[in-house]
Amino acid sequence: MRFIAITSCALMLGAGAPAFAQATLATVQERGMLNCQVGLPTPGFYALADDGTWSGIDVDMCRAVSAAIFGDPDMVEYQSVTSAVRFTSLANSESDMLSRTTTWTAVRDTQLGLDFTAVNFYDGQGFLVPADSGITSALELDGATICVLTGTTTELNLADYFRANGMSFTPVTNENVNVLVETYLGGGCDAYTNDKSGLAARRSAFPDPSAHIILPETVSKEPLGPVVRQGDDAWANLVRWVIYGMMNAEELGVTSENVAEMTASADPNIARLLGTEGNIGEGLGLSADFMVNVLTAVGNYGEVYERHIGVNTPIGIPRDGTLNALWTEGGIMYAPPFR
Amino acid sequence: MAITDSRSSTSPPERSGLAKAFFDARIRSIVFQILTLAGVIGFFWWLVDNTITNLAARSLSAGFGFLDVSAGFGIGFTLISYTEGDTYLRVFAVGILNTLLVAVVSIVFATILGLLVGLARLSTNWIISGVARAYVELLRNTPLLLQIIAWYFGVFNLLPRPRDSVVLVEGFMLNNRGFYMPGPVPQDGWGLVVAAFVLALIGAITLYKYEEARRDRTGKSFPAISSGIAMVILVPMVVFLATGSPMEWTMPVLQGFNLVGGISVPPSFCALIVALSAYTSCFIAEIVRSGIQSVGKGQLEAAGALNLPANWTLRRVVLPQAMRVIIPPLISQYLNVTKNSSLAIAIGFPDLVSVWMNTSLNQSGRAIPIVAMTMAFYCIVSLSVSLVMNRYNRSVQLKER
Repeated sequence: MRFIAITSCALMLGAGAPAFAQATLATVQERGMLNCQVGLPTPGFYALADDGTWSGIDVDMCRAVSAAIFGDPDMVEYQSVTSAVRFTSLANSESDMLSRTTTWTAVRDTQLGLDFTAVNFYDGQGFLVPADSGITSALELDGATICVLTGTTTELNLADYFRANGMSFTPVTNENVNVLVETYLGGGCDAYTNDKSGLAARRSAFPDPSAHIILPETVSKEPLGPVVRQGDDAWANLVRWVIYGMMNAEELGVTSENVAEMTASADPNIARLLGTEGNIGEGLGLSADFMVNVLTAVGNYGEVYERHIGVNTPIGIPRDGTLNALWTEGGIMYAPPFR
Repeated sequence: MAITDSRSSTSPPERSGLAKAFFDARIRSIVFQILTLAGVIGFFWWLVDNTITNLAARSLSAGFGFLDVSAGFGIGFTLISYTEGDTYLRVFAVGILNTLLVAVVSIVFATILGLLVGLARLSTNWIISGVARAYVELLRNTPLLLQIIAWYFGVFNLLPRPRDSVVLVEGFMLNNRGFYMPGPVPQDGWGLVVAAFVLALIGAITLYKYEEARRDRTGKSFPAISSGIAMVILVPMVVFLATGSPMEWTMPVLQGFNLVGGISVPPSFCALIVALSAYTSCFIAEIVRSGIQSVGKGQLEAAGALNLPANWTLRRVVLPQAMRVIIPPLISQYLNVTKNSSLAIAIGFPDLVSVWMNTSLNQSGRAIPIVAMTMAFYCIVSLSVSLVMNRYNRSVQLKER
């Protein structure tokens, strides 16, 4: 009996892994579907509508890649996974890419078999507190109980920030963001911490958004962007250059509206981007005009930003004068040249 | 070998060396055992090799080297001191202790509650037995996870904020940050009180054993249990007063955001304990009831005919026989509590699964060693609980001679 118990314990460890698959692009093309991993629904980034459709800035990265490969932005199978198992799911080839406000860090890049493609949003961690609490600075949070999503960089930054400032705190952790938000709204914690974009997104869905304020301090650097499995450089290139293509398009003034007429443009930069001159798509295993498909279906980076999280949306994260503005406008969104 | 030979002779036919070995049951069984062992070793070797190869192919780090790396995240409730700079190994220890605490506290409450409800179900008063029955049927027929979440969100998360804490008794307070009680601070001389307690306990056990032996020898009885209890309570108390009450209490007081001082447990712990104890107590109640009902009516009548006092009837006639029926399923329930405590993750109590299998696994990315360590822990705990309980079971089982 005891032997069986021990054996079955040991057996579960060795659950066989499938042989390493072929190149991701070929797999995706064969399947006719892009498996794109997003998180639990979050307004603005990966929101789930009542009719089951996904939208958001991170969802548009998946749609752009789908448009680049298939010429159709909707050949995507969205996989909504908790942050705790996101990397395992990617490593096991369940997802082809992961686009879900994931922070680029050294450990993740070097030890978890991940490849970060590009940054599509520069974020920083902040704190959300009830407006009637009278707290105006994160430095007043000594001794507070703080709700934090487990398994995230947020959890580590929180500990670092309090340690660095000689303050103490009690974490209330959960892997499910909805449980945390319920706990926070029920008064189970004094503050809820997450990336500021995430705080703004969550707050927009509160019964009374104006009853909660985001404290001014930004306690970390959070470069967010799509991630792919390490070991398939061609696939990483593809995802990376679709995003850079969208940024270059914004810089060059190519939008979803004018892309058709821009194909006739005499500007060599635009001609290269849209594939009328040269063939950058070939090096990525795509058609020469893949960016035309992306821009027609999804639009350039600026359009995507304004559509989902810009000042005219309920999320309302201003872009002008922040890190997320183009480098030509004082931000650090800087895509390498498309040539 | 000629067929005619074997037919004509009654003795086994002569066989060459190899064939002889093949037909020898002892040698044959050794050969098969060696083959099986080789097969098992080969299988495990293949498992390990497969894992290592595939980890390398996915450029994932493996090994236990991460254990002495600083973990860097906070834990909401710890029994041993833990700071954010401590190592992953420390996190593992914190998780183990939290899991064991939940298991032990739940087992104690579930057993007491289960015993009471089980006895209530046997009551001749139909209101008492009806209420007990409703309690059992309601709680054991709904999923435990649901009950845990209901207790957490429906009760403990809705309690007032710290500054409006519910004061149960002076020093015992309840709010949406947890349950607070006075914390003991031992002073000089506390060691003597503990020593007196241990000595009194040893004395009481010796007294009981002596009384038992004497009764077997002479048939004379002596109230060993009540005098033993009196000894265990009174002796340390006398020492406590003689050394000048070497114990002080810190009271929880509101300071800043939360109550500070004393001992506190978070709401998730309260919800988990209440849900686990209530759920398990239903099963224990039914086990107790079945055990008591299994004792034949004739046994009670015989005890009455012998004019045994009521507590003797219970202690020396009913319980020893009921225990034989109660213990085996009770072992399973205790094991279930330990394993069910892993549902803590749903409400964020930092037990082993939450803090180790979830948080640490994510922060370090070392899935294989972490899952292996977690499974090893649950295996060891379950196997040792069943070992201890099986040994006890053997001691109360019918001795068939």
